[in-house]
Amino acid sequence: MITQQVVAPISKLRHKDLLGISDLTPEEILLILDTAEAMREIGERPIKKVPALRGKTVVNLFFEASTRTRTSFEIAEKRLSADTLNIAAGTSSVVKGETLVDTAMNLEAMAPDMIVVRHAYSGACHMLSRICKAGIINAGDGMHEHPTQALLDAFTIREHKKRIKGLKVAIIGDLLHSRVLRSNVQLLTKLGADVWVSGPPTLMPPGIERQGVRTTTSVDEAVEGADVVMLLRVQLERMQGSFFPSLREYFSVFGMTRERLRRAKEDVIIMHPGPMNRGVEIDSEVADGPYSVILEQVANGVAVRMAVLYLLAGGAEHETAA
Amino acid sequence: MPVIMDANRMGRTLARIAHEIVERNRGTDRLNLVGIRTRGDVLAKRLAKALEQITNEPVRTGALDITLYRDDLMRHVVGPQPLVRRTEIPFSIDDQKILLIDDVLYTGRTIRAALDALIDFGRPKEIQLVVLVDRGHRELPIKADYVGKNVPTSLKESVQVRLSETDGTDEVSVTSEHE
Repeated sequence: MITQQVVAPISKLRHKDLLGISDLTPEEILLILDTAEAMREIGERPIKKVPALRGKTVVNLFFEASTRTRTSFEIAEKRLSADTLNIAAGTSSVVKGETLVDTAMNLEAMAPDMIVVRHAYSGACHMLSRICKAGIINAGDGMHEHPTQALLDAFTIREHKKRIKGLKVAIIGDLLHSRVLRSNVQLLTKLGADVWVSGPPTLMPPGIERQGVRTTTSVDEAVEGADVVMLLRVQLERMQGSFFPSLREYFSVFGMTRERLRRAKEDVIIMHPGPMNRGVEIDSEVADGPYSVILEQVANGVAVRMAVLYLLAGGAEHETAA
Repeated sequence: MPVIMDANRMGRTLARIAHEIVERNRGTDRLNLVGIRTRGDVLAKRLAKALEQITNEPVRTGALDITLYRDDLMRHVVGPQPLVRRTEIPFSIDDQKILLIDDVLYTGRTIRAALDALIDFGRPKEIQLVVLVDRGHRELPIKADYVGKNVPTSLKESVQVRLSETDGTDEVSVTSEHE
């Protein structure tokens, strides 16, 4: 039968790779979120596995530390029955001096279907997508993008607020070094949210206003009437030089506390992409409090990544008759 | 576009199938309906109503999306695939009789996928198959237990089932490919 009851206005992604939110149209974003709704149900079954990616090989190539994202991708791949293998930079030939391109070409020679890549250099995934036949999924490249994080954030917001358009979303923290910020700003503005960003002036990316967001160095102004408050980690490992006097001072000026949160809407949700620095960007009381959806974000990550893997892997033309 | 079943006839057909189900199963004890999305689940709800009218006992229904179990997925690197919808089976199927419901039985591949999907939810006592239209041309050894109407077709033809819940009208028609 021809299936016409379509939720998203499109039913396919016309891409080999997911390199960033910047390549996606609003319709494609909604398709991924709708597909993730269906994928989440699989995680609630007694047998949490479907045969959709049977016989496909997915390589998880991680050049940077990760627990959440790598595990989440691996669980997603396994639930779709793909064969997965993990390569962490510390245990690979990278320590012997092999370049990223050589590593990728050698992997490519073994014909994987998809490669999930995390790398410290912005643009690493774009480069790999040009030399690899395998589909490339960006799991975070330097300070550039982290598209699946933004997608799972949007999924979590939509689940709580039933919409994204018109919501006031305050993103607070180390904006400069955050790929989560760059992906989230693109996604949320594409779907019509009112995005505010706040942090120390030294950590404000130049020209961020041009992305359609409002900037302020006052956390209180950003939080005022917000539907969603998203905290970003202070990424000390990426900081060369001093951007603020001390972590204690950072917390006292920009840290999210219960008092600061009173300015937000009553049904505000608190998000954090993890890993959290308790007592730096977020107070424990807030992180573990009733408004926190931080662990839901992690749970939703699996469903969203299943949707991305499934949609990118592609399928045959839909049979028109059952 | 010849219409082979109109709304009246569809209503009578479903009522007749409901009676056959009750007769064969001696009631509706431990009987659950699972419809294959998107039109099978609409038919499942209608059949449940028809069964309840006969026996005055409630009958549980669920909806099954078989997209992730299809055997024609992933044949190309990049390409369109059907939208994945939620599977909703809000009850345990262990030791239950499951009536699997679809609108059109054709190659049998959808039913093969549905059987695989169902088995992932547990171990039903028995699975029976209900289809509104059997158009022939099986590619797998699958046979329906209850058939609304047998319609001999050629491979060039396509069978369209429209239901008022999803398409605004109750009707089954046969069209040839290039009409």
